[in-house]
Amino acid sequence: MHGNSVRTQKTAGKMVANEPLWFRVLLISLCYLIALVLIIVPLIYVFVQAFSEGFSGWWNNLFNDAETRHSVFLTLIVVPLAVLVNTVCGVAAAWTLTKFKFPGRTLLMTALDLPFAVSPVVAGLMFVLLYNLRTGYFAPLLNSMGFKIIFAWPGLVMATMFVTIPFVARELIPLMQALGDDEELAAVSLGASPWQIFWRVTLPNIKWGLLFGVIQCNARAIGEFGAVYVVSGRIERETYTMALRVEKLFQDYNNPGSYAVASVLTLMALSTLVLKIILERMVAASMEQSSSE
Amino acid sequence: MSISVQNLSKRFGDFVALKNVNLEVPSDSLTALLGPSGSGKTTLLRIISGLESADEGSILFKDEDVTTRSARDREVGFVFQHYALFRHMTVFENVAFGMRVRNSPNNEVRERVNELLHLVRLEGLGQRYPSELSGGQRQRVALARALAVKPRMLLLDEPFGALDAKVRQELRTWLRKLHEEMHVTTVFVTHDQEEAFEMADQVVVMSQGHIEQTGTPQAVFDNPATSFVMDFLGNVNVFHGRVQSGRVQMGPFSLQYDEYQHEEPRDATAYVRPHELDIDRSPSQASLLGKIKQINPAGSVLKVRVAVEEFGVELNVDVTHYRAKQLELKLNDIVYVHPRSVRVFMPETDYVI
Repeated sequence: MHGNSVRTQKTAGKMVANEPLWFRVLLISLCYLIALVLIIVPLIYVFVQAFSEGFSGWWNNLFNDAETRHSVFLTLIVVPLAVLVNTVCGVAAAWTLTKFKFPGRTLLMTALDLPFAVSPVVAGLMFVLLYNLRTGYFAPLLNSMGFKIIFAWPGLVMATMFVTIPFVARELIPLMQALGDDEELAAVSLGASPWQIFWRVTLPNIKWGLLFGVIQCNARAIGEFGAVYVVSGRIERETYTMALRVEKLFQDYNNPGSYAVASVLTLMALSTLVLKIILERMVAASMEQSSSE
Repeated sequence: MSISVQNLSKRFGDFVALKNVNLEVPSDSLTALLGPSGSGKTTLLRIISGLESADEGSILFKDEDVTTRSARDREVGFVFQHYALFRHMTVFENVAFGMRVRNSPNNEVRERVNELLHLVRLEGLGQRYPSELSGGQRQRVALARALAVKPRMLLLDEPFGALDAKVRQELRTWLRKLHEEMHVTTVFVTHDQEEAFEMADQVVVMSQGHIEQTGTPQAVFDNPATSFVMDFLGNVNVFHGRVQSGRVQMGPFSLQYDEYQHEEPRDATAYVRPHELDIDRSPSQASLLGKIKQINPAGSVLKVRVAVEEFGVELNVDVTHYRAKQLELKLNDIVYVHPRSVRVFMPETDYVI
């Protein structure tokens, strides 16, 4: 939980270091080495490659390629849809799991983590087997409705949703548990309707945590590759999201094009990171406020 | 508005929180639900408010059955133990909440909130947030918030539980005065017998999900109905003995006891309050020889602990400062202790036989 991590950072600052100097230097250098090799160098390399033909080359690769343009467009459709549905479901799930006690509650809580444990490729395959129009379990129903899921955008949304569903609920459950339900009960006794309670009491209390969860969910949704790859069927100008497009361009030996799209994804990730840091502080502050009462 | 609780029962799984509770709260009174934790007092309060539902029985406000009504529609002011203020709202908006959800016009809200902030002596703090207030101030905001919607009654759950002794004392006196000015039927839960006796018109002593005794503080204190009540209402000295033929025998004491005239002896327990014991230098009929182990001043009295070897017990005796000076009491002095009055309770099963 992020709240904990903030607290640990604080105590770590006060920790007395009694290990020998050479040991500390070794450990710290090792950390820097790993960060350098795995994160910093590749990150810089993405931008170096993306701009290898200059800014105009980068711009051309992004917006003068019809297929790339379509992939940006598709991502801008699929991701907000998946995030929106997951936000609503995540709030509902967190509310249900924290405010009520019912049989199977712990099981449901564990099931929420399943998408983190299951390989995205397996998840995608699952959807293909269930919803394809020829041999799928739901094929008769889908055919009669004339609705295509696999190898079409609804499949992309579903696969993205599956992979990112835990983020919002996982963020809210500990927060809502810490807040308790006293304030909601007080609102009830003051005559508020359930709807008023949600908008005036619950939502303002969880807003930073919610936003934090949404941002994480969004970042993961944009970058999702495995599950989407399987359900997309890779149809040009139909089912290529940005992440899939990066791979396609790379396979076609179009390195600058591939890196240009990758650089946009990276920029999105970096801005998410900055937002995350800001929000983490907000959430920690609201948690502290709750514990002081 | 009077409250009537009829044959109320409530279980949480295997735990019986309330069993067949009956209670009348007179209109405009200040009633204390007093009992140890787990006695069901908070559950009873929450069922009256509608925040919890009963398994059996009914709740009447005056003549109106509200048992199936939700907390939202009961028009009850509820003050939570930990205040449950809306942390993201200012003090002003906290108090205004009940009116806001009823869509009261803005000027009306402002007028009423300012009036209430004046009443709870928090003028000028309207724009603060709950986290910027002291415990006592938060409690008063919670009270103002509950009063804002002109509730038919006020229910308080351990209202001063989380406050330090001095603030608690101030708020008790203040709440009692406020109650006299407002005339709202008020029920509060407490585990502190001093608090209950100091504030309430009516004290309801509860234990293990049922009511042990209901009455005015004076009546409950002077005539405890059961050994539990006797034990719970402050310090007591306990003697084990037996009753027989209209007398109770406790070691050297023998006192008249008209309630039991049988010849067959029965076990009984006698309770003596510390202020009902006298200390003297010379023996009288029915006194115990003991040695002073401890002398502590506690307000208007001295608390003296006397070890009685014959019984293997230590007695708590309240002695006035004047009397202590007269007797020149010191540690390790040998003194005689004798009770002025004794209450005898026999185990309930004995009555059945």
